[in-house]
Amino acid sequence: MSSLKWRKFVNAFWTAMSGAGVVLAILPLASLLWLVVAQGAAGLSWSFFTSLPAPVGEPGGGVGNGIAGTLLLVAIASVIALPVGIGAGVFLAEQGNGRAGAAVRFVTEVLSGVPSIVIGIVAYGLVVDRMKRFSALAGGLALAFIMVPTLARSTEEFVRLVPGALREASLALGVPKWKTSLLVILRTAAGGIITAVLLAVARAAGETAPLLFTSLNNQYWNLRPDQPTASLTVQIFNYAISPYEDWHAKAWTAALVLLLLVGLLNLLARVLSRNRMEVAR
Amino acid sequence: MRPSPAGDRAWAAGVAVLGGSILVVAGLILLELGGESVLAWRRLGLLRFLVGTDWDPVQDKFGALPFVYGTLVTSAVAILAAVPVSVGLALFLSEMGPKQLRRPVAFAIEVLAAIPSVIFGLWGLFVMVPWLRSTVEPALQRTLGFLPLFRGPTIGLGYLAAGLILAIMILPTIASVTIEVLKTVPLPLKEGALALGATRWEAIRMTVLPYARPGIVGAALLGLGRALGETMAVTMVIGNSPDIHASLFAPGYSLPAVIANEFAEATGDLHVSALAALGLVLFGITVLLNAFAQLLLKTVSRGFQRRPG
Repeated sequence: MSSLKWRKFVNAFWTAMSGAGVVLAILPLASLLWLVVAQGAAGLSWSFFTSLPAPVGEPGGGVGNGIAGTLLLVAIASVIALPVGIGAGVFLAEQGNGRAGAAVRFVTEVLSGVPSIVIGIVAYGLVVDRMKRFSALAGGLALAFIMVPTLARSTEEFVRLVPGALREASLALGVPKWKTSLLVILRTAAGGIITAVLLAVARAAGETAPLLFTSLNNQYWNLRPDQPTASLTVQIFNYAISPYEDWHAKAWTAALVLLLLVGLLNLLARVLSRNRMEVAR
Repeated sequence: MRPSPAGDRAWAAGVAVLGGSILVVAGLILLELGGESVLAWRRLGLLRFLVGTDWDPVQDKFGALPFVYGTLVTSAVAILAAVPVSVGLALFLSEMGPKQLRRPVAFAIEVLAAIPSVIFGLWGLFVMVPWLRSTVEPALQRTLGFLPLFRGPTIGLGYLAAGLILAIMILPTIASVTIEVLKTVPLPLKEGALALGATRWEAIRMTVLPYARPGIVGAALLGLGRALGETMAVTMVIGNSPDIHASLFAPGYSLPAVIANEFAEATGDLHVSALAALGLVLFGITVLLNAFAQLLLKTVSRGFQRRPG
């Protein structure tokens, strides 16, 4: 048996090591956030949000079409993914205790781990290959596939959090089951579900890989679902891997814009979920 | 019993259809990947495709080994770097660290998890790669250069860069799952050890860690699954050269990276099909890994009450 001093030293050593883990995790984060802000802020201007990309060497130009494209893609994805994801979540919560529920739950878990680039190949086969054209629809479908599993899982969680007494009270008053689910249960869980939707949208807006060969890119404005479209993330990628200094600067500024967009959505989700918890308390 | 009204039946059926659509999505993914890659399997053959080392689409040569190798090497580097840091972080947050620090650190990890991968790639390309080239790789070469892993020219872009950026990206996954796992450790176990006079670390080593080990392995596997499929950041820092090198400093390629770079401009049906086949391989590996990790994590959490707080 070692002496008490030695044991205390070992304790202090491992406490310090776990603290070192914290430092090692925070350092890259701090560096990344600082550089995106420091490098990106210089190029920030009103026209960066509103104008088309400029050719190499020409001053000015922005990512307006990329921002519009990302919003279009996320809108298409939400139209597809929200009903399916939330509906599947309600299914898991209300009818999910049997074997079918277990199967759906397991597949949902597994789907949420499928690499997004693979989802891109699937959307390519389903849409691009059939329409013979890259399109916002294909990109939106890929993003929808990515949103559905997370939406389903969190919807289930939030619906299950609704106290059973609420359902029973509603049923006791003679309200039909479907009205109880829709107007009592889902309404009570709405705050949580909206939080989940915001987080899923934030994740979809930051996706690049599944867009590379579905919505592709576009030098011009586009709001038509059947046309290829620019997106903020693909623009960042193209600017970053280009050999030009001024495009690198644009990559940093576009990254700052994307980070602000994603951060805003996350912040909104946080505020909403905090309010909800205070109400519940 | 009164038969349930039509509205209830319609609601139940509608919800069940939406639940079932998850299975349809999974089926679609499998069908599409299979359909798109069938040409490659037929023309190239499973074994020749997977162990071939020559990738030259212009001459219809498709050997996937450089990509499989790059994916495995970078993921291994990522796991080796991320697991100790994540477990340390998780222990700090749930057991060892001062309470006032826990909330801000947990928040920082959430922020890390929310950053889009293309931004990690941007930072990796312009910040981490130059630092590896000028500082880290020369230092490794001086001290560990007797190993073939740390030889050759220090370019910066390569397996090491990709592995390290992956480590940063999978850290939040591993850490947050590990924290959940640590919560399932029955409190009386640790309290017993502390009451017998164990220091905090001894209590963790003798009760918490043995109990949580399968769960931590599950967390690492989930992280590995993410690392295998991560695309953008790797594509931007791995160097994109379809060769196999023993040195971690050398440029390589990974499965997702080659799909990202070549799919949109594939030169022919066989090329597209070969890339889809790579996607199917990736899909198969990640699905198996995730299913295994889920099972591991379920066995850990089953039957034990979660500790409050």
